[in-house]
Amino acid sequence: MPRAAQPLLSVRDLRVEYATADDPVVAVDAVGFDVAPGEFVAVVGESGCGKSTMLFALARLLSPPASIAAGTVEFHGHNLVTMTEKELNVLRWRDYSVVMQSAMNALNPVATIAAQFADAVHAHAKYSKQKVHDRSVEVLELVGIDPIHLKSYPHQLSGGMRQRAMIAMALLFTPDLVIMDEPTSALDVVAQRALMMQIKQLQAELGFAVVFVTHDMSLVSHFSDQLLVMYAGQVVESGPTRTVFDRPAHPYSRGLLDAFPSIRGPRTPLTGIPGSPPDLARPPVGCAFQPRCPVAFDACTTTKPDLYPVGAVGSRCLLNAPGREEATR
Amino acid sequence: MTALLTGAALPTAEPVPRRRRGGTFRSVLRNRKALIGLVLFVIFVILAAVPQLFTDVTDPNKLAFAPALPMSGDHPLGTTALGQDIWAQLVYGTRQSLVIALVAGFFATVLSVLVGVSAAYLGGVADEILSMITNIFLIIPTFPLIIILATYAGKGTLTVVLVVLVVTGWSYGANQLRAQAMSLRNREFLESARVRGERSIYIILAEVLPTMTSLIVANFLGAALYSVLTAAGLQFLGLGDPNSVSWGTMLYWSQNQQALQSGMPLWSIAPGLCVALLGVSFALLNYAFDEISNPALRPVRRKRHAPRRTAAA
Amino acid sequence: MNDTLLETRGLTRHFKVGGTFSRKRLHAVDDVNLTIGEREIVALVGESGSGKSTIARLLAQVYKPTSGQIVYQGRSLADVRGRKAQLAYRSDVPMVFQDPFSSLSPAYRVKHGIMRGLILHRRELSAAQRRDEALRVVEAVGLRPAAEILDRFPHELSGGQRQRIGFAQALAYRPRLILADEPVSMLDVSIRIGLLNVMAALRENEGVSILYITHDIASARYVSDRVAVMYGGHIVEQGPTEAVLSDPKHPYTQLLLSAVPDPRAPLDTSVINDRGEPARVIDPAPGCRFRDRCPLRIDRCGTETPLLRDLGTNHQAACHVAS
Repeated sequence: MPRAAQPLLSVRDLRVEYATADDPVVAVDAVGFDVAPGEFVAVVGESGCGKSTMLFALARLLSPPASIAAGTVEFHGHNLVTMTEKELNVLRWRDYSVVMQSAMNALNPVATIAAQFADAVHAHAKYSKQKVHDRSVEVLELVGIDPIHLKSYPHQLSGGMRQRAMIAMALLFTPDLVIMDEPTSALDVVAQRALMMQIKQLQAELGFAVVFVTHDMSLVSHFSDQLLVMYAGQVVESGPTRTVFDRPAHPYSRGLLDAFPSIRGPRTPLTGIPGSPPDLARPPVGCAFQPRCPVAFDACTTTKPDLYPVGAVGSRCLLNAPGREEATR
Repeated sequence: MTALLTGAALPTAEPVPRRRRGGTFRSVLRNRKALIGLVLFVIFVILAAVPQLFTDVTDPNKLAFAPALPMSGDHPLGTTALGQDIWAQLVYGTRQSLVIALVAGFFATVLSVLVGVSAAYLGGVADEILSMITNIFLIIPTFPLIIILATYAGKGTLTVVLVVLVVTGWSYGANQLRAQAMSLRNREFLESARVRGERSIYIILAEVLPTMTSLIVANFLGAALYSVLTAAGLQFLGLGDPNSVSWGTMLYWSQNQQALQSGMPLWSIAPGLCVALLGVSFALLNYAFDEISNPALRPVRRKRHAPRRTAAA
Repeated sequence: MNDTLLETRGLTRHFKVGGTFSRKRLHAVDDVNLTIGEREIVALVGESGSGKSTIARLLAQVYKPTSGQIVYQGRSLADVRGRKAQLAYRSDVPMVFQDPFSSLSPAYRVKHGIMRGLILHRRELSAAQRRDEALRVVEAVGLRPAAEILDRFPHELSGGQRQRIGFAQALAYRPRLILADEPVSMLDVSIRIGLLNVMAALRENEGVSILYITHDIASARYVSDRVAVMYGGHIVEQGPTEAVLSDPKHPYTQLLLSAVPDPRAPLDTSVINDRGEPARVIDPAPGCRFRDRCPLRIDRCGTETPLLRDLGTNHQAACHVAS
């Protein structure tokens, strides 16, 4: 979907493969999307859909046997895919940064918060000791942590605080883009809500864009501008968040939304989506979702669908192919 | 809530493809280290089992030949200073070295498992006591202990050597196994077995041990390696039975007769090399076993593809 | 209300924390009165550190209570002595675990756990009958073809399938009450509903009760008849699910409900100030444990621990302000 202004991040035809003793396994297939400055883009999907792999590919953090096999990632006028480590290091943390999934695992358990912030700074800039300290205090206050905790070790902070410390670390150089890999999955529901609101508040204050990967679709329903739904390595639906939630075009998105029991409203029996995601080493011919799809028809077993426009969203479903009758919504 | 499905068939999950049968054997064949280790090991086993196929000499210790003969058709490695055929001694000596390695390795491993796993599973005071015993044996300097034990036991018979090896060789493995058992202790399937009402003994033997097989086998191979090398060392120092036929005794006698200096180098080198090769075979099998049981360690041999062209932006 | 199957009276469990000589005690569960009736699913909802998993383990006799009683079918568990009586209780009250990746032994085929359960708890069965029973329970949880599934290893099954096997194992005992400790938390969202439906089916078809422990209030609403909300080791509210969730009396329940993401409803911004810091339950002072986070707090909350009081039909909350 072409955007009016110049996008901050522009991904086209991204393809990630895992080398194996047999044919390579395609973990991410032809993924493309744009991120406008200050936008919140959520990438949702279940285990094995490739969302984390895609995120790591964006940040150029993949290691063998995974590698980017094709595609471009345009950011600030550069193609991140073809850049060398040295060139990337100039951009890393200053222009874009990454928040990992489990803060307890990502933070060094034997170093204080101050030391870890200092490490991050020194890796990308030459600040004086005073400047490092001042900036560390600033970012901690930004996320609502008392700066006294600069002297704390990660295990002395609660789960929510650790996660916020990770976000603070990611904001040390006020980057234009922050990539987040399931930063809320280890938190309880109240802490999750608090963290999401914190992120939105920071976005409003500092103006950075966010690419947010999660398996919990409902979590991002009120916070993201754009939503990408991934399945078996591909984007199966993408578009403005509210539109995808209110009028999901792809059967998988519909099934996924239906799998969330609601807190309010009538209690009705739900079915979820029977079956499991395909083995990516032996993907189905034709549509990847077809074996589990309640509205599949003959062509689905043979033809791989493209991402077809359906109003404001894109949907990778033959039912949405131009010229085809739409299935009942 | 009776509206929720009664009678309706519950949806089944997708079938998951089964792993190929006989995968272990094929992985052994594909793994180079395993193959070399296995081949070496098998060679030694054959030599030990049917030594008579490889040499005409029936009593290698008998002073039957002229001393200090060089390599020849009759004596592939020459003869010793005392007139024994070196090749024959080597072949017949394989049996004792192999027996020592396997038997001492086995018993040391059994002891390691008993102490290590019980300590981890029982916890509390029992764990403290068992760990203390393990650590004491671990700290005691092995070689002086071995020498003292061997001298104290008097004649250095095979049994004495075995006992000494087991007593000094079990503690390292016990610590490793205890550590692994501790990490398994709170795995949910063990808790599930407890909640099911299984007795502790059953849980240790039937639930904990089977999941530790790869470490136990690795321990065994390590203990076997240790035994081979240490036994050779003991015998070299004269603490074994000097009248037995083994590689270590050959080393003792060759050192005694100053083989290297007197122009009979093969007498020293051949048994030394054999000790090393048997040790290598255990070490390679150890690596290989790790790789087979833990696929994450396997080196990935990738198919070569034509380089892909990046899509146009 | 259905007949009472199991109830706890003043159930308390403390753990020692700190070094060997520390006197500090972690109050994991304090003075809990929980009732579970026949043929009902009771959800125990709380965040991590609330004590819900400890309650499961107390009921499964993994831990012994520090004080208080567990009364099963009229008899206190403290009176259950001897291996036979112990096994009888375990056969009536089995547990299903959270982690599909470690709840089944990787060394054995999937039928191992089921068979061991049958051997231990249903001695009257012959080998052939055991086989039939194993097939029956695997089918009862929706796995087909049952015979083929039984012969697989855990790593050959998906997470959802493994959790179903966990329920099948429990079902093999002909239980009265299944303790399900966060059985769906580690599964993908689209698979969870399948398991929740299995639980509802077990209540209907097999007549078992289930104690469903979870942090996800939406799934608790979907499947349970009654719900108990825990915070800091106490039950702060309990009652019929619809009543508690449509009209929550305790401020913590209200906080939880407003924090649950619901795509169909507009965002509730009233929780903006709560950071979600968990209760600290090491040597707690008297008074309500939620007081530091509570918007309705009064003086009394700092000195007197509130008890559960009736605020409606079978609907109770432990709050000085609400009652």
